[in-house]
Amino acid sequence: MITLVQKQTVRILAMIGEYVSLVIDVFAAAAKRPPSWNLIREQLYHIGVMSLSVVAITGFTTGFVLAAQSFYQLGEKGLAGVTGVMVAKAMITELGPILTAFMVTGRVGSAMCAELSTMKVTEQIDAIKSMAVNPNSYLIAPRFIAGIFMIPLLTLFSITMGIFGGYLIAVYLFNLSPVTYFDPIKIHITLFDVASGMIKAFIFGVLLVTVCCYKGIKASGGAAGVGRSTTQSVVTSYVLILISDFLLTLALNMIHQEMKGL
Amino acid sequence: MIRVRNLWKRYGAVDVLKGLNLDVHRGEILVILGRSGVGKSVLLRHIIGIEKPDKGSIEVDDVLISALKKNELYQAVKNMGMLFQGAALFDSMNIGENTAFYLEQHGDPKTGKPFPPEVIRNKVREALAMVGLEGIEKKMPSDLSGGMRKRAGLARLIVYRPSILLYDEPTTGLDPITAQQINELVVKTQNELKGTSIVVTHDIHSALFIADRLALHRDGQIVYVADPKTFMNIDDPIIQFMKESLIHSPSKEIS
Repeated sequence: MITLVQKQTVRILAMIGEYVSLVIDVFAAAAKRPPSWNLIREQLYHIGVMSLSVVAITGFTTGFVLAAQSFYQLGEKGLAGVTGVMVAKAMITELGPILTAFMVTGRVGSAMCAELSTMKVTEQIDAIKSMAVNPNSYLIAPRFIAGIFMIPLLTLFSITMGIFGGYLIAVYLFNLSPVTYFDPIKIHITLFDVASGMIKAFIFGVLLVTVCCYKGIKASGGAAGVGRSTTQSVVTSYVLILISDFLLTLALNMIHQEMKGL
Repeated sequence: MIRVRNLWKRYGAVDVLKGLNLDVHRGEILVILGRSGVGKSVLLRHIIGIEKPDKGSIEVDDVLISALKKNELYQAVKNMGMLFQGAALFDSMNIGENTAFYLEQHGDPKTGKPFPPEVIRNKVREALAMVGLEGIEKKMPSDLSGGMRKRAGLARLIVYRPSILLYDEPTTGLDPITAQQINELVVKTQNELKGTSIVVTHDIHSALFIADRLALHRDGQIVYVADPKTFMNIDDPIIQFMKESLIHSPSKEIS
């Protein structure tokens, strides 16, 4: 039993070591020889433009639900006027970054992992190495650069769609006035809220791209291995995003409290 | 000159290479024979730096490949190339882009600048013509047969004229006619580039056609290296089996 635990511990530590080493190598490779603009542009398109519809639908419908829930829960207590703030606060600080990261992981991260793992098991990555090209620089760095730019942008888009979705429900279904919906947002949403949402989006972007690429290039075992890696990449990304969300929420709020105290 | 000394490699609980020693002379075609799964491909992957040995050394033209760091390694293997068993063409690129890959990544070694697109197009056309695949630049790898993929893989290799060429099972899974075309291409490429070639195979017919010297890989080691004539007369059960198979290809009795 102890041996099994020891083996698993060693395996997990080795995996973390490999992952960290990959992230460092990607940073170093990108800094030393930045990937060509064509490769980055291609990834910007795949990660950003191709995800717009799914992110829009997710943000929009989440805005609907948040507005409806806020109105029904708070309306009874005479607080229907804070519906806009509830939607905006939830979308900016939590749901926008999380749902965007989840959607991008499901749509882009899984495809990224499947593509890289197929390249791995069919020796295409070895072929890149055999032609004296660093696969981290050629394959991962463009995805990484595109990911860290696009995921915060997609998050902003998702937040906007969410607030707009909430507005439609609040104004046209529950007959709140647009001023009642928007004015408290201007007062109660702070720069800190926006910054914390964007920091989260950035960190989630780094996590999901690197985890999916790591799982892709470490794949083995033919078609079954590709499937296994893809599933693992999505599950691991989701878990890490949720854990890091909790830790970031704590850390960012602590920093904010400190700053307010000064 | 390639010099491999006391090379050890373990995967899981299995030692695949067990203190392997090998010398490959400049300008020769060395064919490594051996049964499937004995570690022939693993040896090639070590020579080109894809794998790191657990123990031992690999020296290529006086450069200790096995001791290099990642970035130094990429510099050191620039004049080497490998044809993979499944050709390993990039699925997302057409054949023209596959063939141009090295040239686009490294540019002109003399000037250090990128090649003009017209130069790349010409070089790609020449390389594809050399392997008998003229005019297929726009086709995708999935549109090609196994033999064509191998030849396209070879074009991707010879387009940058490496001085050391490694071939991993170049004729495996091909019909005898296509296999013979590949054999002829290996020899033609060698004559044209005047490089050093190592071919890994378990096909004795191919081996005898292309080899300057033959080596037998068994149990993680190179047990014999000799010219083809001497090699075929070595009193070893595997070599004698190969010799027998040349004379009597196994076939079903037809009654």
